[in-house]
Amino acid sequence: MIRFILIQNRAGKTRLAKWYMQFDDDEKQKLIEEVHAVVTVRDAKHTNFVEFRNFKIIYRRYAGLYFCICVDVTDNNLAYLEGIHNFVEVLNEYFHNVCELDLVFNFYKVYTVVDEMFLAGEIRETSQTKDS
Amino acid sequence: MPAVSKGDGMRGLAVFISDIRNCKSKEAEIKRINKELANIRSKFKGDKALDGYSKKKYICKLLFIFLLGHDIDFGHMEAVNLLSSNKYTEKQIGYLFISVLVNSNSDLIRLINNGIKNDLSSRNPTFMNLALHCIANVGSREMAEAFASEVPRILVAGDTVDSVKQSAALCLLRLNRTSPDLVPMGEWTARVVHLLNDQHLGVVTAATSLITTLALKSPDDFKTSVSLAIARLSRIVTSASIDLQDYTYYFVAAPWLSVKLLRLLQCYPPPEDAALRSRLTECLETILNKAQEPPKSKKVQHSNAKNAVLFEAIALIIHHDSEPTLLVRACNQLGQFLQHRETNLRYLALESMCTLASSEFSHEAVKTHMETVINALKTERDVSVRQRAVDLLYAMCDRSNAKQIVAEMLSYLETADYSIREEIVLKVAILAEKYAVDYTWYVDTILNLIRIAGDYVSEEVWYRVIQIVINRDDVQGYAAKTVFEALQAPACHENLVKVGGYILGEFGNLIAGDSRSSPLVQFNLLHSKFHLCSVPTRALLLSAYIKFINLFPEIKATIQDVLRSDSQLRNADVELQQRAVEYLRLSCIASTDILATVLEEMPPFPERESSILAKLKRKKGRGNLPDIDEARKNVNVNGNGNSEPSDKIEATNKSSPPLVADLLPTNRPRPVSSSTFMFSPGSTVSSPSFTDLLNLNSTPSAGNTLLVDVFSDNSTFSATEVSEENFARFICKNNGVIYENQLLQIGLKSEYRQNLGRMYVFYGNKTSTQFLNFSTSVTSTDILRTQLNIHAKTVDPVIEGGAQVQQILNIECLSGFTDTPVLNVQFRYGGMMQNISLKLPVMLNKFFQPTEMSSQDFFQRWKQLGAPQQEVQKIFKSKHPMDAEVTKAKIIGFGVALLEGVDPNQENFVGAGVIHTKSIQVGCLLRLEPNVQAQMYRLTLRTSKDSVSQRLCDLLSEQF
Repeated sequence: MIRFILIQNRAGKTRLAKWYMQFDDDEKQKLIEEVHAVVTVRDAKHTNFVEFRNFKIIYRRYAGLYFCICVDVTDNNLAYLEGIHNFVEVLNEYFHNVCELDLVFNFYKVYTVVDEMFLAGEIRETSQTKDS
Repeated sequence: MPAVSKGDGMRGLAVFISDIRNCKSKEAEIKRINKELANIRSKFKGDKALDGYSKKKYICKLLFIFLLGHDIDFGHMEAVNLLSSNKYTEKQIGYLFISVLVNSNSDLIRLINNGIKNDLSSRNPTFMNLALHCIANVGSREMAEAFASEVPRILVAGDTVDSVKQSAALCLLRLNRTSPDLVPMGEWTARVVHLLNDQHLGVVTAATSLITTLALKSPDDFKTSVSLAIARLSRIVTSASIDLQDYTYYFVAAPWLSVKLLRLLQCYPPPEDAALRSRLTECLETILNKAQEPPKSKKVQHSNAKNAVLFEAIALIIHHDSEPTLLVRACNQLGQFLQHRETNLRYLALESMCTLASSEFSHEAVKTHMETVINALKTERDVSVRQRAVDLLYAMCDRSNAKQIVAEMLSYLETADYSIREEIVLKVAILAEKYAVDYTWYVDTILNLIRIAGDYVSEEVWYRVIQIVINRDDVQGYAAKTVFEALQAPACHENLVKVGGYILGEFGNLIAGDSRSSPLVQFNLLHSKFHLCSVPTRALLLSAYIKFINLFPEIKATIQDVLRSDSQLRNADVELQQRAVEYLRLSCIASTDILATVLEEMPPFPERESSILAKLKRKKGRGNLPDIDEARKNVNVNGNGNSEPSDKIEATNKSSPPLVADLLPTNRPRPVSSSTFMFSPGSTVSSPSFTDLLNLNSTPSAGNTLLVDVFSDNSTFSATEVSEENFARFICKNNGVIYENQLLQIGLKSEYRQNLGRMYVFYGNKTSTQFLNFSTSVTSTDILRTQLNIHAKTVDPVIEGGAQVQQILNIECLSGFTDTPVLNVQFRYGGMMQNISLKLPVMLNKFFQPTEMSSQDFFQRWKQLGAPQQEVQKIFKSKHPMDAEVTKAKIIGFGVALLEGVDPNQENFVGAGVIHTKSIQVGCLLRLEPNVQAQMYRLTLRTSKDSVSQRLCDLLSEQF
């Protein structure tokens, strides 16, 4: 299952944090920093997967934004990697060419989009055109 | 697409966010935020009723401030108001605020639950979904209690719209994870399975996750899902790519749903029904065939989606482990990926192949890719890919290729990343031992390991080589010759000196015939390293010297001279000094016969599983043991369908990466320095520890008992890193949290009376899922077992998510003790066995009874306890601010009575108490003299028993 979803920019600013298991606030902050540290040092020759504590991070970079999904080690890497891309395509459709600022100013809408696509740490919907 | 209307921007919010973004400094930002908070507070408190739009805007601002990392302590009530609004945009913001800032105020929860209840019964799908998402996001117990019966009803009701079914399914999944006891199976169970047949693929996607989770917990109740899942999967893989419309992703039909269905099937053994079985085989073949077809798109999304399904299909094939053709086909497919230009695919192929290597059907097929994998080790740029290559080489290793693989790993080790060296060392050591046909190769390999990566060679590894050499007389001469040659290098690793010292001490005679390695040459060679080594190694070398005296009487005088030198006899280290004194005495007064008996060659060690293997298993679940039988056994057990599928996860070893910190030996318990005792020849001869060169301490202590413990039956004792992080904090107190990680919190409450104690251990599950197979044990060293009785009540093997269980330990102190019992906790979480060991804070001072006495009495007894060995004194620097009140509290917490007005110097603290044990009672006086200028303390303890004085002094001096 998905443990958390993070969208961060290169500077480490969080644009979305969605938690699917209990963490206290300090722990969340620590996780955010650790994820930023492990993901930003990687280059295009590296895989899109990083071992992370008892989990793994599947991530993909879009311009200056890193979309990271933390899942269990036994989960399907490529399914989540494309899950990210599907999510980005939906955001792109929704905001008409999404950019980082859309996520800043419309943070409350992004949460709604996330809930449509991922719920309780699982993929809820994969269709991009469904009105739901 | 979510049904949020887009024209609902809030200008005030946008302005505020812009303001924050334009702040030049953190201070400016905080100022702006505080201004806004004051504004919102006054609006909320004001007389004028706010309209929905304003409320929504302010709540949104509060949310934004919270997400920036600031605390928000108001606005909940307004959010609850919004949540009951009839406007979607307002309701949505209300729910969002509640989901992000969960509050445990019970009045509020009642109101929230009320709002949710209304929305759930509103028949408005959008509102129902908002409510279900809120329950799924918060997942609290209160919500589970309120809605555990409502959600399943919505899920299976005939008139529920599809999107609400999707949300209800996953909402139920969340409640089942957080509070399984509140979500009992019911008549809805059978109907949930049939959601796999739903015509809406979104519903099937959500429901499959729910069913998989439930099937893992109670496989029998969901058996029927197998045939439905196969039917559904078959329809998907055989559909034309456009059939599924919205659920086709870059020309791949429903990739995520396919992956989920394949995972659901991994909860079960292969179907017994022949027709079903062949239908599944057809599906899997189709998926494998598609991998060979030319791609329908050049886009990476297409190939990723296709391969996501392919890898999951291969995982299922490996899980079933019953169709040799499929296994071999899977292997060939992965073999192609090994050379793919996409790093992701090479990585995943290496990972997946590791599990294939443990199947008897595909082991040989995997081996054909050895050269490619070796090449990956040399050329891959991403260290994690190289690591998978190491794992795979390890997994495919058998007798036929062991020499080549070990050689390749050794040569890779020279340039390997520091982060994976220790693991490679362990793997090489295990393979070398496991597949050694001739042990000279084994000895060479291990010595090479020490030469190349000495710092990463753990104790287990070099203990093991010594154990093997001692047990196999055909290799002893070769080993002696090889270490002798290796020691010739001008700079050699200390681990080599240890191995060399031990082996020459035992078997140096086997090469002494050659004048180039005559006794004197051997001795001089070893002694030339002596001064460069740490204390434990020097202690070992001293033992090797006394062994030399027995082996080579002709150099006795030379060795005695060395032992007699001031640097030995008056060494500042008590252990070295003691050895020098005792060995010198022994060599002078014992007859040749006695010497020969005392210093006899070590007897063979009992054969048992390598402790290195245990270490690797512990270190890295990903270990992928080459032991096919073992792996297969697990798969078969699973194949019967009556054991947990998580067994399979263990068998395939796809488990978690370790935290590096756990591997560092820094948190090992330090050796407890042995108390000096006067040498008497009689006692030495009978002491077995003298024949054991590696037993550096005359009192074995937890975690530091060297060879004796590693190979002893309760080797689990030293096999796990023992946490002692919070140990010292419990010396002066009895209650608190002793251990905590992401999953588990362990709290203690203890009470002591005389020589008896009772400890309540609380295990708190911090996660939202169950801990299974939970068990605990308390282990003690052999010595401690004669001094301290600990009886642990059993605990329930299951701890629910968020729950806490209590265990009672009854403790009885029989006599004075120094060692520490270790609490071992084991449980299964998310398919992984978790092992935690920690030092249990039961120490001698817990059995103190305070004694009040007058100044006169105190000093009278103080004088009576005046013998030198009864007093222990320590002068040390203060580690904390010198606060008299804190110090008093600590002394009282230590267990003695704090005697006020006894010491003529007001600054000093004196205390008195009696240690109660079953056999004796030991009176104890203590005095602590602070020196504020120098930030130093002097602590003096006097008791009637020297070992007690020493132990109490060690314990208390850590506290200031």
